[in-house]
Amino acid sequence: MSSDTVAELGARLRRGETTPEELARAARSDLESLARLNPVLRYTDELAARQAGRAARLLAEAPETAGPLCGIPFAYKDVLCVEGVETSAGSRILQGFIPPYTGTALGRLLDAGAVPVAVTNCDEFAMGSSNENSAYGAVGNPWDGSRVPGGSSGGSAAVVAAGAVPFSLGTDTGGSIRQPASFCGVAGFKPTYGRVSRYGLIAFASSLDQIGPFARSVDDIARVYSAIAGHDPHDSTSSPEAVEPVDEQLGRGVEGLRLGVPHEYMAEGLEPGVRVAVETALAELEKLGASIEEVSLPSTEAALSTYYIIAPAECSANLARMDGVRFGLHVDRPSVTDTYLETRGRGFGPEVKRRIMLGTYALSSGYYDAYYRQAQKVRTLIADEFDRAFEKVDALVCPTSPIVAFPKGDRSDPLSMYLCDVLTLPVNLAGLPGISVPCGVSGGLPVGLQVIGPRMQDARVLRVAQAYERETIWHTRTAPAADVPGAAQ
Amino acid sequence: MTLESDQVAHVAMLARLGLSDEDVERYREQLDAILAHVDRLQQVDTSEVGETAQVGGLVNAWREDERRGCLPVEAALANAPKRRRDHFEVGAIQE
Repeated sequence: MSSDTVAELGARLRRGETTPEELARAARSDLESLARLNPVLRYTDELAARQAGRAARLLAEAPETAGPLCGIPFAYKDVLCVEGVETSAGSRILQGFIPPYTGTALGRLLDAGAVPVAVTNCDEFAMGSSNENSAYGAVGNPWDGSRVPGGSSGGSAAVVAAGAVPFSLGTDTGGSIRQPASFCGVAGFKPTYGRVSRYGLIAFASSLDQIGPFARSVDDIARVYSAIAGHDPHDSTSSPEAVEPVDEQLGRGVEGLRLGVPHEYMAEGLEPGVRVAVETALAELEKLGASIEEVSLPSTEAALSTYYIIAPAECSANLARMDGVRFGLHVDRPSVTDTYLETRGRGFGPEVKRRIMLGTYALSSGYYDAYYRQAQKVRTLIADEFDRAFEKVDALVCPTSPIVAFPKGDRSDPLSMYLCDVLTLPVNLAGLPGISVPCGVSGGLPVGLQVIGPRMQDARVLRVAQAYERETIWHTRTAPAADVPGAAQ
Repeated sequence: MTLESDQVAHVAMLARLGLSDEDVERYREQLDAILAHVDRLQQVDTSEVGETAQVGGLVNAWREDERRGCLPVEAALANAPKRRRDHFEVGAIQE
């Protein structure tokens, strides 16, 4: 297994020691050796060959114009559309769906010469925290195949952790990049809401969804982020503000920065091993010259309830388009109503149905004010509390998840699964940038440190995470993956 | 507040989800537990607070009202389960 970074592979390409074709073939064979963990839904061989050829020509003819991602293989989550390549959102209802156009984030990576080799498994319509809600089977954690990789971008996290590809794309609506990054021991970044276009992302909750990268170093995260960030006229919620060049922040360290620790995020419920790893990381940041102070986000306790009204409400509206008329599964019945009922009843899995019903209920006449309107008001309180905290500190540091990767099947009760996201979803409600980087182990399993910044301060978040990473070894570990115990399905 | 089976069946119908009676009972229990947790929201004082629908900071996004390209008919229909000539085919809405 290769555990090279984008930077290392790019240097080898430029020295002529390897080719984009060779890297794509190696990535594919590494991914195949992970089959028992089930992180890959399909390979994109034709597209990979085309892109590798393009990248090779660019590197040969105009190497000075080729960016850092040119010729680098990657994988992307099964909710991102590429023209002509099946995208199923981990769902039966979209099995066989071939997108007629390419989404912006993927398109920008293709323009940069990156080589997509595989589409990764995920929770159905990105709803879940364990990747057990995929219609195509659960994914195993590369550190222990009997445990979950986190979710919903579990496959994208697992393939990077196992060293098969140097980076991947995922999406994060309530923690779906950061939590699996934490569980799998890799870096995972959710940019500010509106920083990366959502065009071509199959929508779950449109006011919360954001695309972002997984990688094995913060530098690589920055490279991918720089390639995909920026305004897109196809997404009217994408920000027209210029993207701050990440390079101006990276490498500056944390000396003189004020870092806040929300005491609600260190409260009871935190696994002891997670607490130790995070407190050690805080001490490390202090040693590097940052000042660490406690801050308070009193509405944290209400965030979970707020999220589980707003996200299902938006999902119930977004998934109304899965009606068996224009695309996807169609179960033919004599009446239109029965066709809808049967198509959607058979096409959606249990968690998606649960959330559609929860959202439909919260939006229905008589309950709208008590649930949806109230949740939108509490969302204001949560965002305001973050804003006030950022008047005192430059960034927040805390655990990504209160727990480490748990055994498959351990959280069959939906509410206990929802509680996994308690430290990540407030960040989505407020639209902030957040990253998870490896910061230790608990019982042999990775622990993630979360860094959260003010809106549009994505570069500062990367700067803090990189400063920490430079002084520690946790990101250098590659999961055993292929030989991992308990990997069999 | 306890969720009744007929409320679950009603919501499932609103959302056009075909459920069996056993499904309805299972979802009733699960949704009841989730709503009991979510009811904590009612304890938060929001009398002085406005609603937030989106956090992007954008007030509006305008563009020029000019003609642009769109998906060709064949591409738009390529995934259609049922088509007739250049249209999506659907069942009769009214008898």
